[in-house]
Amino acid sequence: MAIIKGTGIAAVNYPTGMNLGGDPSQALIHATTTGNFFISLSSTDMGQGLKTVIAQIGAETLGVPFENVLINTADTDTGPHCMGTFASRATHRVGNAVVQAAQEARQVMMEVAADELEVSPDDLETDGQGNIRVKGSPDRSINIIDLALAAHFKYGKTISGRGIYMKPKSDVDPETGKMDPDSTEAHACTVAEVEVDTESGEVKVLSLKSAYEVGRQVNPALVEGQIRGGSLMGMAHALYETIQPYYPAVDHMPGGFSDYVLPGPMELPEIESVVLEYPSVNGPYGVKGVGEMTANSPIPAIVNAIYDAIGVRLTDLPVTPEKILRSLEEVEI
Amino acid sequence: MTEEKLNVVGQSVLRRDGLGHVTGKTIFIDDINFPDILHLKMVRSPLPHALIKGIDFTEAEKVPGFIQALTHEDVPKNIYTILCLIGVGPDEEPVLAEDKVLYKGEQIAAIVAETEDAAMEAVSKVKIDFEELPAVYDVEEALKPDAPVLKHWGTNHFVYEGHHCRRVRFGDVDRGFDESDHIIEGRYQTSPIEHAPSETTGCVARPEPDGRITVYTNTQALFFTMDNTALILGVPFQKLHFVGGTVGGGFGGKVDVIVEPIAALAAMKTGRPVKYKFTREEEMRVSSSRGAWRIYFKDGVTKDGRILARKITTYADAGAYNRHTPYAVTKHAANIAGPYNIPNVWIDAYCVYTNRQPGSAMRGFGVTPASFALEVQMDKIAETVGMDPWAIRFINAYRNGDMKPHQKVVEDATLIEVMQAAAELVGYELPEKFKKMNSLNREEA
Repeated sequence: MAIIKGTGIAAVNYPTGMNLGGDPSQALIHATTTGNFFISLSSTDMGQGLKTVIAQIGAETLGVPFENVLINTADTDTGPHCMGTFASRATHRVGNAVVQAAQEARQVMMEVAADELEVSPDDLETDGQGNIRVKGSPDRSINIIDLALAAHFKYGKTISGRGIYMKPKSDVDPETGKMDPDSTEAHACTVAEVEVDTESGEVKVLSLKSAYEVGRQVNPALVEGQIRGGSLMGMAHALYETIQPYYPAVDHMPGGFSDYVLPGPMELPEIESVVLEYPSVNGPYGVKGVGEMTANSPIPAIVNAIYDAIGVRLTDLPVTPEKILRSLEEVEI
Repeated sequence: MTEEKLNVVGQSVLRRDGLGHVTGKTIFIDDINFPDILHLKMVRSPLPHALIKGIDFTEAEKVPGFIQALTHEDVPKNIYTILCLIGVGPDEEPVLAEDKVLYKGEQIAAIVAETEDAAMEAVSKVKIDFEELPAVYDVEEALKPDAPVLKHWGTNHFVYEGHHCRRVRFGDVDRGFDESDHIIEGRYQTSPIEHAPSETTGCVARPEPDGRITVYTNTQALFFTMDNTALILGVPFQKLHFVGGTVGGGFGGKVDVIVEPIAALAAMKTGRPVKYKFTREEEMRVSSSRGAWRIYFKDGVTKDGRILARKITTYADAGAYNRHTPYAVTKHAANIAGPYNIPNVWIDAYCVYTNRQPGSAMRGFGVTPASFALEVQMDKIAETVGMDPWAIRFINAYRNGDMKPHQKVVEDATLIEVMQAAAELVGYELPEKFKKMNSLNREEA
């Protein structure tokens, strides 16, 4: 009996979006006279930070400070239609809709600024700090609050924009499976290092080291959040979690967190990652999507590492100590 | 890779709602309350497969605080399927069970009461007369001719445009096997998994003075849930107003439409706000799980590691009802051959019904089990041909311009690049030929 180390790898792709039923999302933007730009959506934030990254994308395209972009989500009376938050689609789909809406609003903003500064809109630029200025003459500028007031009270214009992103429905050919079900592919490769105790059957994950390629990172800290959470979820799927421990039998079902086995802080492995950026052809600022994928590559990487350690290929998840001991017994006999 | 000058995209600005979440100030469903709110609890099936012969509410009605019981007879369009909005059919799941139940925990009758305790007590006093039927739990058993039949169309599988499964046919796998030096087979199995969100699924439905119904919900898909609710209740879409947008963890567990229709119906019937929120036990034992998958691989590989043919038969355990599994199977079929360039691929992917709580969407929808199975299979191939696990992946990696088995041309491929970066991260020295590869151009390799 011994504690044996092993290393395993896995490399995966993950598709963004799922348009077998059509896959649209809309966004509306309007400026108020406070200098704020209000983005109305019906998309949801499940904790991944959608509201933050969408405000970043809106601010970038409008050319105004992040602080001046507010998000209202989600209300079916005030927010335009969104299919929902799933399929790693929200930053890509809603982000594209926001870029389109922001471009329309920006155009009005620049026209009003051009009238106020008595130049052509083509001669103007935003400074990202809340001002629109004449290129090459930074002292000739107008603040977005003054601009919004002028648009409303002097020119009778709304600084507003509409945006939609839709990947059309793709029908699946029933004979061959020919289809175009998604928009882009993100990728990940994980190297897992484990320690297997052949006496107790327990597996300790020492480290999960991964490389991800996610198009453009809108907010690297939020991408890191997905990576850390996803890595731990993948590890939990590989070694611990199930509501039916003797599947396909349905007995011994847990009914709460006291008997549903999840890894805790003591089981947390070293998690290290690098993120590559190869902008996608169709995402806002090259975005792909990172939400779901991060849980996937750790699972086979851990299972492959267990094989490397003890020479037994476990093919039934989760790989519990019981399964490891039973499989070791079979090998020894 | 083009560089444009960006201001705030690419910056780790602090998330706006983070402070509210960690200090308990964010408003979640349990924070929404009204003075005259009612509570809804569900009478559930204790059996996995049974006929319902009769329901008796006599004792339940005597519980102090009891307001109303709802059965399938109260639901205008009781039989539905969530994906009907994108043309998936036929309808097959009852909002409240009619003459039979297909899984333990299935919703049979709703009890509305003044307090949660009263609702639970009344639920415990509902008497149901069942006739138990044989149950089937194994996907391959369920497809055998002698298995108990669960669906009104007479089979235990979803029908894909006349086919018994989602098919992918690309090239000629038999020829590929003939030209191969090794045939490598594998069987892979995953088990059902709980989403385990911090906040359980729930909603509050409130009748407004103008006749509309406001539903405060933690669904991941507001319009999708609202439109399904309107169809089930037989009310015009404009009569409903859904408010949400902040969800205490979803992971795919909050895209089914379970609590909203019945809470809205109860609000309409009683004229008072009604709350229906899962307990943790309901979240685990009753609400949709990540479904289990069984996947069989047969690969034909040359002695120098090229995969020439990949034949896959795969079974999704949908549990008792569709929910989102028919769609997951299609996504699975598009991804199960993996990010590799394989000239001959044959896939049969089944959506199978069994007598367990429905599986549905979860993070990685159909792809998580695929990635597990195929990446363990890749290691098995590497071992069989006597090759390094890195090498087998570089040799077969897809590149831009390749054709995937579902006949979509690869673009945005970076599998090679993430493998190169991961090797560098862990200090693994790759052979020069793999370091020089890239996903953009097959000819340069």
